[in-house]
Amino acid sequence: MLSIKNLHAGVEGKKILKGINLQVNAGEVHAIMGPNGSGKSSLASVLAGRESYEVTEGDVTLDEKELLEMSPEDRAREGLFLAFQYPVEIPGVSNINFLKTALNEIRSYRSLAPLDAKSFLALTKEKQKLVEFDAKFTNRSLNEGFSGGEKKRNEIFQLAMLEPKLSILDETDSGLDIDALRIVSNGVNRLRTDKNAFIIITHYQRLLEYIVPDFVHVLYDGRIVKSGTKALALELEEKGYDWLKEEAQLQEQV
Amino acid sequence: MATQVAIPLYDQLSKDFQQRTVVPENEDDTLYNWRRRAFDKFRQQGFPSIRQEDWKYTNLVPYLKEELQTDLPSHDYNEITPETVQKFYINKLEANVLVLVNGELNTSLSSFHGDGDVSIQSINSAADHELYRPYMGKEIDLRHDTLAALNSALFNDGLFIEVRANAVVEKPLHIINLYTSPKNIFLQPRHLIVAHKSAAVSIIETSANINNDAIVWINSVTEVYAEQNAQVNHYVLQSGLVNTREVNHTEVTQHTHSLYNNYTVTLPGADLVRNNLNVNLVESATETHLYGLYLGADHQLIDNHTTVDHRKPNCFSNELYKGVLAGNAKAVFNGKIFVHREAQKTNAFQQNNNLLLSDKAVIDSKPQLEIFADDVKCSHGSTAGQFNNEALFYLRSRGISESSARSLLVSAFAFDVINKIKVGALRSHIEKLINQNLQKWYASK
Ligand SMILES: Nc1ncnc2c1ncn2[C@@H]1O[C@H](COP(=O)(O)OP(=O)(O)O)[C@@H](O)[C@H]1O
Ligand SMILES: [Mg+2]
Repeated sequence: MLSIKNLHAGVEGKKILKGINLQVNAGEVHAIMGPNGSGKSSLASVLAGRESYEVTEGDVTLDEKELLEMSPEDRAREGLFLAFQYPVEIPGVSNINFLKTALNEIRSYRSLAPLDAKSFLALTKEKQKLVEFDAKFTNRSLNEGFSGGEKKRNEIFQLAMLEPKLSILDETDSGLDIDALRIVSNGVNRLRTDKNAFIIITHYQRLLEYIVPDFVHVLYDGRIVKSGTKALALELEEKGYDWLKEEAQLQEQV
Repeated sequence: MATQVAIPLYDQLSKDFQQRTVVPENEDDTLYNWRRRAFDKFRQQGFPSIRQEDWKYTNLVPYLKEELQTDLPSHDYNEITPETVQKFYINKLEANVLVLVNGELNTSLSSFHGDGDVSIQSINSAADHELYRPYMGKEIDLRHDTLAALNSALFNDGLFIEVRANAVVEKPLHIINLYTSPKNIFLQPRHLIVAHKSAAVSIIETSANINNDAIVWINSVTEVYAEQNAQVNHYVLQSGLVNTREVNHTEVTQHTHSLYNNYTVTLPGADLVRNNLNVNLVESATETHLYGLYLGADHQLIDNHTTVDHRKPNCFSNELYKGVLAGNAKAVFNGKIFVHREAQKTNAFQQNNNLLLSDKAVIDSKPQLEIFADDVKCSHGSTAGQFNNEALFYLRSRGISESSARSLLVSAFAFDVINKIKVGALRSHIEKLINQNLQKWYASK
């Protein structure tokens, strides 16, 4: 589904991603871990099309289509979704109007008729239930005055509404208490099918107890320095990242 | 005096005054003397110049280069049919409609001619009856405002609206201002609105230049009096004014316990819009809200000068003006708040926020507070910013096109002004016009 080959990218001449390779197939969940500042959010941003990043080398395809050539909105319409580490507050844009616009623009891209008010409302209800997201939020301005946890849950609600092929969750677990974490994880687990895929960026293996990944990758200094199964997450939790940093530096010296 | 050489209109107006004004037999004709004095002020000072503080950012000279006719065109506007007028009705708005053509009340096109609560007259006919003497020009400072002085000396005609005491007028009065002239024209309408004690009324002004081949220059003065406990909602929608230049002076006087709300929405169209909105709080315990929204595009210049003059204690005033500027548009905001020594317990707030959509758009924003009382609450703030790129990216990352995302953000920015408009049909109408403009701006992208 997603294929990243030798991806190099940076901001204002500063190199941040230094040759990322990653293959994600339908039905898979990949976790990306790594110390702060290693480039996890940058990878998510480059995939979603944030304009401040400049791609200097490499290829990314989503179901054989060149992702890097597309505008951010076309990437979303092709089925990419990024749950932001820091969702933006937009006063004056109502949650519901925003979602309706997004959904109908995606539908129109896929040559589907816009949803009428009634079906839209029904869909909203269904998805709210799925991710246990309170009805009260929908009439408010987008993320305005939401707590950290509410913002993260709103991201998952949007994910549920837009039904993407590939979802990237950037530290969705940070700032969530244990109940919220369970709710968010349950939501994601219910949305998992053999046709979609998830990349879960996290610091802690705690989340991975709820959403069990098929693969775990460690990103350090702009590169994936180690890949493994769920066992790798446990190992990292125990040993920290220092041994990896040392290993990575040794490799560089060779 | 400004360099009036560059302005052919200046000499012409002097001739007009001599020709049009009949010197009365009775030397104490107060109206004549008032107009005479007003003209002298104008003649001494001429058109405003950028050397004057209040006109520093708005140079009128380039807008006054053309020959402008000062006589009204022939008086039968047969080309304007009721069907033409209906195009300017606001969808779903239940209102009493008054139609003015080139500033003159047109009774055959108007659907409302007054009733037990509201009296409607042309200002010239009222002048004969001297009904309006106690109000006319009472608060306007002719020394500082030469264009208001010029209007006072030479106004053509306009409306005199009186709302009787205790009348609560349910339907808004919708004043449709139509302009049409085969030749470039300089018009000076004059309106007087008096809401008597405990009256309540909403007034909606809209306008259109229906023959946009010729330049229409409007130097208008509107006086509004809110007597004791009266409530006036005053909506001014400035759109549909292609090839138009407009200086719009509104002088409001509020008596005790009165409420005055002004909503001024300026949309792309006119080359120049200068609004002077002065509110005089001449008695205590009044309430005033001034809301403004301006969308500028192309080479438009939109200049809003407001003054709130707190003369007496316990008055509340709140002002929120928001601007969105695209292309080469330029906007000026100047908000004065005076709090006189006597005006203790004044609450006066002011805010001006601007969103600049292009590198070439300009805003000059200047709050001006002069406070001589010590027990007051006053605040002001002014901001100018570009699009929030984070917000734009967030919306686009959800599949929303760049142009829709930008429209959503502009509407969101305007929301806290638009949301204050209490007449639902008018609010929808304005939202629609804003969206049409936004689509036009982004269509090219
Ligand atoms: N907009 C930016 N401008 C400059 N440097 C940036 C920007 N965003 C991120 N970086 C830098 O890129 C590196 C990776 O950051 P980030 O992708 O946020 O890491 P992570 O998500 O793994 O904590 C850091 O050194 C950070 O300082
Ligand atoms: Mg991060």
